[in-house]
Amino acid sequence: MNGFFDIPSDLDNTYFGLIGLHLREALLPVLAGLLAALPLAQLCVRFRWLYPPVLGVTTVFYAIPSLAVFVVLIDYTGQTELTVMIPLAVYSLVVLVPAIVDGVRSVPEETLAASTAMGFGPVRRYLQVQLPIAVPAILAGLRVAVSASISLVSVGALIGNQGALGNLLADAQKYGRPELAVNSVLTTAVLAVLCDALLVLARNLLTPWLPRGKRQRPKEAAARPAPKEAAAR
Amino acid sequence: MNVLHFVNAFFSDSAHWHGYDGIPGRLLEHVQYTLMALGLAAAVGLPVGLLTGHTGRGGNAVAFVATAARALPSFGLLVLIAVAVGIGLLPVMIPLVVLAIPPILVTTYEAVRSVDPSPVDAARGMGMRESGILFRVELPVALPLVLSGLRSAAIQVVSTATIAAYVSLGGLGRYIIDGLYQRDYEKVVGGATLVALMALVTLAVFWAAGRLAVSPGVRRR
Repeated sequence: MNGFFDIPSDLDNTYFGLIGLHLREALLPVLAGLLAALPLAQLCVRFRWLYPPVLGVTTVFYAIPSLAVFVVLIDYTGQTELTVMIPLAVYSLVVLVPAIVDGVRSVPEETLAASTAMGFGPVRRYLQVQLPIAVPAILAGLRVAVSASISLVSVGALIGNQGALGNLLADAQKYGRPELAVNSVLTTAVLAVLCDALLVLARNLLTPWLPRGKRQRPKEAAARPAPKEAAAR
Repeated sequence: MNVLHFVNAFFSDSAHWHGYDGIPGRLLEHVQYTLMALGLAAAVGLPVGLLTGHTGRGGNAVAFVATAARALPSFGLLVLIAVAVGIGLLPVMIPLVVLAIPPILVTTYEAVRSVDPSPVDAARGMGMRESGILFRVELPVALPLVLSGLRSAAIQVVSTATIAAYVSLGGLGRYIIDGLYQRDYEKVVGGATLVALMALVTLAVFWAAGRLAVSPGVRRR
């Protein structure tokens, strides 16, 4: 296709510049969401009554369309990257809190008792026992959050060229160059798949004790916590 | 000058309650898009999820499809298909269905696969056929999780169906897109409020469906 990588000059960026921008706009919010979700999830684990209301409120947040949040936020943060990143951070938080709560809750009682008997304090027990065991659940949540975030950045194009690779979509229509739309969708999808693969790799590196390559036997599967995608939102 | 003020102004303006751009009409359109997309996604995701979950085969394929579908950007897909085939319902339905399939498919697969094997073995020992095992043992036990997958798909579709307005269709996104271009915050906030309310109603519907459909023995756990 002619002009596939020929980025229109109004974007004021190169192809790889757009990719970098897209990754930054998508991944920083996930990081912020994770940092906020960890203490919030711990509170929900600690005080059980807190979890249902937190889940309800965050689900409603999740239902507010990103575009609407962008438009309302323009009033406060202007047409900047921050306007795109704030709602994405909130969405990540919504996906991550249930994932972390379910992961931390799935740590068996006897494991906790054993760590207490070994003299672990609450902080050390959380960092060295509960979090590592919850890693598969947390990473499952992160995978969903990262894919969603990478996909949603494109919507920022609607508030005036804040959508990184999504800006190519607007330009595809403006200049009648459909190949730019193809480029945008393909590049975004490839970025999402690559990030997903990195997260799977990270999970495998972080949980060397889990069996690899083979399907788990049904007995083990039954003991596993509920799938994270269901719990998210 | 805060958000509540805009919400109040939007809903108390009687012009927003009548005609083709009135709230009832837009709400109905939004419900239509949502149900259509959810129905199509469930028609694909549920049977495949049940079958792969029951046989325990194809887990990798399910994970691959879900990853690929999640990777496709909804908004990008919308614009791309709209550019390719023109304006209509198709450019809206494809991204929404692609969005809804991963949660339905993955959750159904996991739900059926993680059913306690002992009742399944008992059913098989009693001479139940495979279809009987799937629909009369595994599905009732897996139902709460299956419903939660459908629920999260529904919430996402309700929120994302707003993009239909970008390709000149209706739905509640009309208020958000029009408000954006008219610099009319009242409309944007009003539209967003309606979408959030619809999401709450969706949650309530699924809660009620769970109460009605899930067997008390399963629910008590």
